[in-house]
Amino acid sequence: MAALVDRKHLLSSVEMAHFVSHGSVVLESVVPEALNERAIGVFDAGIQGYPYGTPLDVAFPPGSFVRELLDLPVVAGAVQSLVGPEPRIDHHAVHIRPPHGGEAQNMHGDAILDTRTDAFDVQLMYYPRAVTLEQGGTLSVPGSHLRKINQTGIGRYQNLAGQTRLVCPAGTIVLLHHGIWHGGRRNDSDDPRYMFKIRFNPAVRQLRLWNTDDIDDPAVIKELTTSFGWTHSNEGRLELVNRAKLWRVLTGDQLFDIDYYLTREQLRPQFVAPGVSDVRLGSSDRPAGWHF
Amino acid sequence: MTTTVEESFAQSPVQPLIRQQVLILYLGASALDSNVIGWSRYDGTGQSRPTMGDSDDPPYRTGVDALVDGWRLIQLSQIQPHSPGHEYDTSYLPYEFVFERLVQLTT
Repeated sequence: MAALVDRKHLLSSVEMAHFVSHGSVVLESVVPEALNERAIGVFDAGIQGYPYGTPLDVAFPPGSFVRELLDLPVVAGAVQSLVGPEPRIDHHAVHIRPPHGGEAQNMHGDAILDTRTDAFDVQLMYYPRAVTLEQGGTLSVPGSHLRKINQTGIGRYQNLAGQTRLVCPAGTIVLLHHGIWHGGRRNDSDDPRYMFKIRFNPAVRQLRLWNTDDIDDPAVIKELTTSFGWTHSNEGRLELVNRAKLWRVLTGDQLFDIDYYLTREQLRPQFVAPGVSDVRLGSSDRPAGWHF
Repeated sequence: MTTTVEESFAQSPVQPLIRQQVLILYLGASALDSNVIGWSRYDGTGQSRPTMGDSDDPPYRTGVDALVDGWRLIQLSQIQPHSPGHEYDTSYLPYEFVFERLVQLTT
């Protein structure tokens, strides 16, 4: 994945728009079964940690299991579309939740409040085995990633309309915007639940990194304006504004808009229409306003 | 003062078998009759443990529906002005309504 990925494996504009509105892209069953089988042994043995921001080639050199995973064309293409070539490895972790183990986490955002509006990290989550509802896969709130919160400041929110609980077949990879609201759920099954996470930092400006051939597809705006149960609210239009802002960042199109919100705000004409001014106004030398 | 803080606070409450259940509803707007977009529950009886992701359907359609069902509103969030320069920013859910009801412990 260090080399540029063939354009045919990159995400499309519609898929990128989906990521902007949902904060996630799901690649279902994209990892071959042979790799999924090997993953369990690798994860049980543990994967060495590295300092934050380690280059990909150092953390996961060619020949390693993780590199083999990341070099799958569909995975490499999606990661490159989101964070660009040769991303840095922020950190990685293997999460194994034992049978009937653990408690549900409070809802949270990872790391700390992230002030960036012109860049984002991506978290890859790889599930080598199928995740059932009973196994308590990650709960996440689609579309929550652009809201500025700090860690478990949202821990009081137990359920939001439109939330999703991950259920997926083996070999599924989910790519998440760093800001997504989520939490791990309790494993109520008889089987351990495996998940491997990598956080990527971009090493290039996140500008038109995907396959933009379909940029004019009407499905792009349809994806960008997706609503969720919890966005049926007074703040739903603010969500659209923030998605439009991110789409401007990603496309470089500073005139892009959704429902005219950002454009309208810029309408402050300075040209004074001829014939409408009373010349006495604005040219008076009276120091203290009108005399009544 | 005639007793220690610990002793005073160890006294039996007037209604020793009464416990509080708390329902927090996040509404789509500041009006109590607007739609529920988020919900949380805490059970002072200790007989259940509501938790993150325990239900996909809201317990009530609106805040008023909770009142009608016997919940008592004890707090609602203030309506805050938008910070200059950050008018489009979104953060924590702004329309939070806290309800309670008192229930009898079953032995």
